[in-house]
Amino acid sequence: MGNTHYTKDHEYVRVDGDVATFGITDYAQSQLGDVVFVEVPKVGTHLKQGAEAAVVESVKAASEVYAPVSGEVIEANSALEGAPATVNEDPEGKGWFGKIKLSNQSELAALMNEADYKAYLSTL
Amino acid sequence: MTDPASAPTKRTPLYDLHVALGARIVPFAGYDMPVQYPTGILTEHQWTRTEAGLFDVSHMGQCFLIGPDHATAARALETLIPADILNLKPGQQRYSQFLNEDGGVLDDIMVTRSALPEEDGTLMVVVNAGCKEQDFAHLAKYLPNPIKLILAPHRALLALQGPKAASVLARFAPEVATMPFMTALSTKIDGVPVHISRSGYSGEDGYEISIHENKVRGLADRLLKESEVKPIGLGARDSLRLEAGLCLYGHELDLTTSPVEAAIQWSIQKRRREEGGFPGYERVKRELAEGPKRKRVGIKPEGRAPAREGTEIHDEAGNKIGVVTSGGFGPTLNGPCAMGYVDLAHAQIGTHVSLIVRGTAMPAEITTMPFVPNRFYRG
Repeated sequence: MGNTHYTKDHEYVRVDGDVATFGITDYAQSQLGDVVFVEVPKVGTHLKQGAEAAVVESVKAASEVYAPVSGEVIEANSALEGAPATVNEDPEGKGWFGKIKLSNQSELAALMNEADYKAYLSTL
Repeated sequence: MTDPASAPTKRTPLYDLHVALGARIVPFAGYDMPVQYPTGILTEHQWTRTEAGLFDVSHMGQCFLIGPDHATAARALETLIPADILNLKPGQQRYSQFLNEDGGVLDDIMVTRSALPEEDGTLMVVVNAGCKEQDFAHLAKYLPNPIKLILAPHRALLALQGPKAASVLARFAPEVATMPFMTALSTKIDGVPVHISRSGYSGEDGYEISIHENKVRGLADRLLKESEVKPIGLGARDSLRLEAGLCLYGHELDLTTSPVEAAIQWSIQKRRREEGGFPGYERVKRELAEGPKRKRVGIKPEGRAPAREGTEIHDEAGNKIGVVTSGGFGPTLNGPCAMGYVDLAHAQIGTHVSLIVRGTAMPAEITTMPFVPNRFYRG
């Protein structure tokens, strides 16, 4: 999965051409516990890397999800509104949050690849 | 001043059991406590609503007031709380609050009159973990002679809650099956003395079992072997009590809130309303007669987004009318629910309000509580 990149805040971004699908990692969902609500990003929003992109709520608390890359939101996973537990069940598959049209490919260089992210997790 | 964040946390006698069960441990009220076990809060919550959940609440404070006879002990405690203790029958339990002179709540507590004739004059008091040091100091300072305050730091406390709690516990102590809600008895389980009350904090039928710290692990292990029983952490304890519309000290109750504002005036019996004789009586009497300025209410968001503690409540014109004190997702309700304080003019059931969640006004309605019907055993 050489085209998947990770942030220190446990978002992933999977790149296909100039479209990046993002969500939270399996580690993130396991830390959150049962997800009961997701506020997915609005289509058409221009996100800056590191800006608040979505909100994920467990029984206990609300957590912000930050945009792993900059660009325009071209698709949101509205299925999560009715089935937030998908984030627990398949975070890096059906539990994706949104798709961003990359505005700056070079931002990817600042993110971790899968091996780096695994190494990072082992330090937590 | 000691920094509470750096103070060493205490452990209950069941800490090793929680770890062995795979609990996620978090600091709470100075203790390392299980917030959830591997199955997670939703599953634990639903299990308690359909089966029986075992909670370690040994962090709570337990003490005894001992006087020469019930009337003397009751009248002494009544100088600090607004409940009628004098008319408690042997083995009867009541919810109350320590109040300050301004009618604010220092803590909310459970008071039980011993069921045993030879213990006439003994009251058992259970207080919140986070308040226990100051509560005990408060009691020590204000209890008149000849009432003795006996702290019980070596007593652990288990809660067994849920519709299967009675059938499970009756296997070990048959007499618990028919005891009514808010009564207590002393008995033995496997030869170990236990004090059992039919009460709890989940809105379900259930019990709280006080037992010596050296014996609690054995009882917990026995109960967990029953197929209906699973361990439940503080996370589900909070979502259960929220759906049950029960106050949590530090959230719905604090030094500024009166029992009337908190809509727990049902815990102030008629004789005490008429006679007073407790701290804050002037405010309580006035608020009972004229209505409080603000009132604790249930709030049902219309959408799916939970409104957390601290969320502002606005009226339909956009004026701030209150604040959420507890809010989240109700697993049994399968939707968000909240409690909070609003100005009395907006406290009517059915009032439409807005909750300001992340800068957006979300529609919500003032609603009755509990959000999930209570299922106490009234006998």
